[in-house]
Amino acid sequence: MSKHTAKEVLLNPVFANNPIGLQILGICSALAVTSNLKTALVMSIALTLVTGFSNLFIASIRAQIPGSIRMIVQMVIIASLVIVVDQVLKAFAYSLAKQLSVFVGLIITNCIVMGRAEAFAMQNPPWISFLDGIGNGLGYSAVLISLGIVRELFGAGKLMGIEVLPLVKDGGWYVPNGMLLLPPSAFFLIGLLIWGLRMWRREQIEKPAFRMAHQVVDKEAY
Amino acid sequence: MEHYLSLFVRAVFIENMALAFFLGMCTFIAISKKVETAIGLGVAVVVVQTITIPANYLIYAYLLRDGALAWAGMPDVDLSFLGLLSYIGVIAAIVQILEMLLDKYVPSLYNALGVFLPLITVNCAIMAGSLFMVERDYNFGESVVYGLGSGFSWALAIALLAGIREKLKYSDVPEGLQGLGITFITIGLMSLGFMSFSGVQL
Repeated sequence: MSKHTAKEVLLNPVFANNPIGLQILGICSALAVTSNLKTALVMSIALTLVTGFSNLFIASIRAQIPGSIRMIVQMVIIASLVIVVDQVLKAFAYSLAKQLSVFVGLIITNCIVMGRAEAFAMQNPPWISFLDGIGNGLGYSAVLISLGIVRELFGAGKLMGIEVLPLVKDGGWYVPNGMLLLPPSAFFLIGLLIWGLRMWRREQIEKPAFRMAHQVVDKEAY
Repeated sequence: MEHYLSLFVRAVFIENMALAFFLGMCTFIAISKKVETAIGLGVAVVVVQTITIPANYLIYAYLLRDGALAWAGMPDVDLSFLGLLSYIGVIAAIVQILEMLLDKYVPSLYNALGVFLPLITVNCAIMAGSLFMVERDYNFGESVVYGLGSGFSWALAIALLAGIREKLKYSDVPEGLQGLGITFITIGLMSLGFMSFSGVQL
């Protein structure tokens, strides 16, 4: 397992093996906090730090964790880290913490954190595990931030609360698409994002469960 | 009574766990390929949700809340920061206990739920139910009703999605959209449908 290089673990999850796009992990919180860029950004930072450090800690004690209770040990480490993040947010950015409401707490049950701890940190030395955690966090952040930009820019004409596209109701020219601020748009955008990513990296395309009868030649079908 | 009923309807339709708050998405997408398994998982979620939310309410109200330890002679202690850790502990423990009880006394149900029970521990919908209960200051009765309602809302959504996906697998979907992509678009459309409930005033 020593063949992981730092660059590979750090950059692979961003495009080639994106946790949201390919592994279907950690989507829960990805959708709910992206209606504006600021919360998406804070959530990304929080998750990246938690994943990185939980990997670091779990990897450093991985030889001491008995196999039968490893889940509980991982859970306790992750939960403690999330509590730290939650308390820091409440202390220094109270209004943001209110906006994120339960979603900071939900980092505990975010499959990315648990998944990386189980799949990577249990088998690899601390430093490379830390980088792997940060890398996966960045992959998650990339999706979150791009969704946040699209949704806030076209839904409200702003970025980080600063007006970019002047709205019609303030005498500008841009008519905002209110639907982008509502939950369904997040699903559509992620669906389209996955589509785009898979057209670019064609090896990620899933095999269909049922093909159209393949012995039928196109011409015969009509 | 009316109050509880409206809380239930609100939890099921307006604040649908899966479609309005995106909770429990990982399992929601992974286990929704067949209607039967989806319903099995849905039932398991309803059961666990109905037990864990009131249980977490009791923990919160009598151990963690600011001044909750007054009965033990420590009125100044505020342990609410330990909330996250205790809720996940309670959820994991209850799922484990439930699994053992069902195995012993109702083996038929245990076999039906099978692999889904342990999966529920990491389902964000369960954890979120407890966190919402704390955030919205529900009392004991409300937390029971909310647990039932939110569990049911999730079960309803996954059963519906599984129904659609069963039909969908025979359709000719564009290559890159195959699988995960089209599932997201489908959920988006369902979520759009459920948004029409948000105008309902109770």
